[in-house]
Amino acid sequence: MGSVDGKIAIVSGVGSGMGTAHVRALVAQGARVVGFDVKVGDGATLAEELADDRFILLEGDVRSAADWKRIVEVCETRFGAPSVLVNNAGILGLNRVETVTETDYRTVIDVNQIGTFLGMRAVAGPMRRQGGGSIINICSTSGLVAFENNFSYVASKWAVRGMTKAAALELARDGIRVNAVCPGETDTPLIRADPTVSPPTGLPFGRWARAEEIASAVVFLASDESSYMTGSDVVVDGAYTAR
Amino acid sequence: MTARLDGKIAIVSGGGRGMGVAHARALVREGARVVSFDIHAGEGPALMDELGEERFSFLSGDVTGAADWDTVVAHCRERFGGPNVLVNNAGISPVHALESVSEAEYRKVVDINQVGTFLGMRAVVPWLREARGGSIVNIASTAAHVGFADLFSYVASKWAVRGMTKAAALELARFGIRVNTVCPGDTDTPMLRAVAGASGDAVPPPEELPMGRWARPEEISAVVVFLASDESSYISGSDLVVDGAFTAQ
Repeated sequence: MGSVDGKIAIVSGVGSGMGTAHVRALVAQGARVVGFDVKVGDGATLAEELADDRFILLEGDVRSAADWKRIVEVCETRFGAPSVLVNNAGILGLNRVETVTETDYRTVIDVNQIGTFLGMRAVAGPMRRQGGGSIINICSTSGLVAFENNFSYVASKWAVRGMTKAAALELARDGIRVNAVCPGETDTPLIRADPTVSPPTGLPFGRWARAEEIASAVVFLASDESSYMTGSDVVVDGAYTAR
Repeated sequence: MTARLDGKIAIVSGGGRGMGVAHARALVREGARVVSFDIHAGEGPALMDELGEERFSFLSGDVTGAADWDTVVAHCRERFGGPNVLVNNAGISPVHALESVSEAEYRKVVDINQVGTFLGMRAVVPWLREARGGSIVNIASTAAHVGFADLFSYVASKWAVRGMTKAAALELARFGIRVNTVCPGDTDTPMLRAVAGASGDAVPPPEELPMGRWARPEEISAVVVFLASDESSYISGSDLVVDGAFTAQ
C-alpha cells in the first residue's frame, strides 16, 4: 500500500528537474497526478513512462488564472477533485538590488510568487468541497536566509514562505494543510545553470541533494502521516542553514 | 515491499508513557527494533508484552546519568546490535515563572530536557559512526520557537535543544549522521494535561487552536518515523514543526 493511495495531485513545473521527481514519487506511492508546465520538456518522457490513468500531462502557465482553472477542471473531470497541490514551478533570477530591471524583477515574482498564489487560490474550493487536502509550496533555503546575486529569487521565496503560513491559518478549519519544502542546493538543471552556486564539496554533506530526496519530503507532506503539520517549513538542506 | 525502517535499531528515552510509547509503537510497526527506557516504568512493561521481545526491549534508566546511557547502549548492542537511531524524547514541563522558580527546580528541568539530550547524543555517536550513519531525533517543542508564560525553564531547555541540534548536525554531517528536531505543539499526553491543569495560560483550550484540536501522539510519531527513515536522507539540522499552524500565527 502506498502512502498516498487515493490522493489526486496537481504538480506545476513538471517539465524538468524536481517536478519530474515529484511526479514519479507521488505515482510510485499510489497517487494520480495532473502535471503541467509552460513547456512540457521532460514531462513528455514521464507521460510515456507512466500509465495514462496515473498521470496526465498538460501545457499551462502558472502565471495565468485561466490556465489554473482549466487544469483544475481537467483534474476534476479525469480523476476527481484535487486533494494535493505541489506548487513547484520556479525560475532563478541572477540579479542584484542595484542593477535589476523592474521587468526582470517582476518576471521572477510572477512565476515564483504569483504562480504559487494563483495555484493555492484555484484549488482551495475544490479541496474544501472534497473534505480537505494538502498544499505543498516548493520554497528554498533562499526563503530562510539570503544569497547574493539572487535578489528577486530571494524576495519571491520569502514571500512564498509567508503566504504558506497565512494560507495555513486561513484554511486550517477546512482540513487543508499548507506547508513549504525548502530545498538546499539540489542537482537539477536549474542549479547547474546558476554560476553563483557553491561547489558541493563545501557543503556540510559534501554533496548536493538529489531531486528524489526533495520528492520524498513532498510525498510525506502529501500523505496523512503529516496530518498535524501545517504552516511549517520542511528544510531539506543537509544542515546548510544550521550554520 | 520492504518496511520503511528495516535494519534500523533505535533507542527511545522517556519510553514509559505518552509520546515515548507512541514513538516505540510506530518505529516497531515500520520495521525497527527498539530499546526504550524511562526512570518510571509506566506503560513500559505492558508495551513489552504488546510488541514482543524480538522487536522491543524496555529498561529502567535516567537520562541525566551518563552511566545509565552506557548501560542502555550496551543492552541495545547485546540484544539487537549497535544503534543507528536515537529518539531523545524524555522531558518534563513543570509550571513556573522566572520570578518564582528556584535554582534547584530550574537545574532539574535543564538536566532532564537539555543535559539528557546532550548525554544521549554523545553516548550513541560512536555507534552511529561505526554504522556509517544514523539519525538522531531530538524532541523539542513549539517552546523552542516562541516563548510561553509560566514555562520558564522548559522554554530555556527546549531552545537549547534546538541549538544543540544544529551544532551537532554540522559536527556529524561528515559521518552521515543526521540530527533534527521534531517540535510538537500541544499534544494530548499526560504531560500536557498536567500543564493544562496547572496553568490556564500555557495551554489554550483546543478549540482556540487553528486546527481546533490538539495533536494526537501518533501524529508526532509519524514525523519521528520519517526522520528515522532514509526518506529524509538530506534533512539535517532542521526543525520539523508539528503544531497545526500554531506558530504560524
